[in-house]
Amino acid sequence: MQTKRIIPCLDIKNGRTVKGINFEGLRDAGDPVDLAELYSENGADELVFLDISATEERRKTLAQLVERIAERINIPFTVGGGISSIEDVELLLNSGADKVSINSAAVKNPELITQISKRFGNQCVVVAIDAKLIEGEWKVHLVGGKQPTEIDLFDWAQEVEKLGAGEILFTSMNNDGTKAGFANEALAKLSSLVNIPIIASGGAGNKAHFLETFQKGKSDAALAASVFHFKEIELPSLKNYLSTNGILVRL
Amino acid sequence: MNLVIIDYGVGNIKSIQFAFQRLGLEAKLSSNWEEIQRADKVIFPGVGEANYAMNQLKNTGLDQLIPSLQQPVLGICLGMQLMCEFSEEGETKCLGIFDAEVKKFGNELKVPQIAWNQIFDLQSDLMKNIAEKEFMYLVHSYYVPLHQKAIATTNYGIDYASALQKDNFYGVQFHPEKSGKIGEQLLKNFLMI
Repeated sequence: MQTKRIIPCLDIKNGRTVKGINFEGLRDAGDPVDLAELYSENGADELVFLDISATEERRKTLAQLVERIAERINIPFTVGGGISSIEDVELLLNSGADKVSINSAAVKNPELITQISKRFGNQCVVVAIDAKLIEGEWKVHLVGGKQPTEIDLFDWAQEVEKLGAGEILFTSMNNDGTKAGFANEALAKLSSLVNIPIIASGGAGNKAHFLETFQKGKSDAALAASVFHFKEIELPSLKNYLSTNGILVRL
Repeated sequence: MNLVIIDYGVGNIKSIQFAFQRLGLEAKLSSNWEEIQRADKVIFPGVGEANYAMNQLKNTGLDQLIPSLQQPVLGICLGMQLMCEFSEEGETKCLGIFDAEVKKFGNELKVPQIAWNQIFDLQSDLMKNIAEKEFMYLVHSYYVPLHQKAIATTNYGIDYASALQKDNFYGVQFHPEKSGKIGEQLLKNFLMI
């Protein structure tokens, strides 16, 4: 059996942690490096940092933040947000990130996935996909969910696997911020269509939601933000709960 | 102690440097033959694609230097794979320190394996004070089959060698620098060898 991973996600804006509700109405949730250390000590398996600031200085400040994180924490972490070139990737990996997550740039320039994969290995390429269920069809959205496309989630997932993605981070925009559970039907379908790990994102509200996404959703990892930031779910108790319910996790 | 991390333009070197910094040791990055030869201990890192990485080594002549080193050398992840004879990844001839061929995982499970997984059948001083079935962080699509030089085994569909040792050469498939307290113990052990 495979060990499942629990991944707290830290949305970063201008160096602070924030969490959006349905991608809008951001709330402040603390210093990312302090949070990262706390999560790491409490048994997080990995961390994801998504930079949602849109300043020109971003590239440099993000690299500096990555370096501060890598200095202090000893578990793997992924960095995403506005990455659009191989140079961006190189800077972040050299600053201490283990993986990068690309989203809109992968849709606009699919070749980028292959370039990163060839240069740094597919294990460091996480393709993040935001999608929304519209009239029975999952449509990929870009620019933090603001820009709809006609691209089908499942077609795109299979495409990014072929191009060299090492993992897919799927955020259901319908579920994100609702705390009503993950989009398990779509997640299970994704897992049956591709052979790379799938990270479930969007909708975590209680411990049972995590269990469901590993069982029904066939997810390899589950990501959440606010339930961890606001201490609605504590990591050690979540992992014990999963273990008690037959899910193999690192304790 | 003079600890050198071989810098050949591949992978997450900074994380390894930070991991030793947390142990109070400044590791030096170097691609210089003399500096590497003079080191008390050498780390041979690597993340990425085998063929690209071997070419990087060849371009700097490090492919000749590494197998000749006399001090303890620790290969991490791709570093360990490159210490083998051959890798299926890019049909790459490697350094030939370990008499093993690196193979690709089958499609029964998700590939790459990206997971904390258990290590067992532990041997060697490198694994001192590490309990059987502790978790280490692994990210890889290619693996070294069970081997007489294995000092740790892991199961992912099949049992495979997740650490190797031959004389002064050590290799670990997992990332000790990313494996929390247990990984830290392994790095401490390496420094004590």
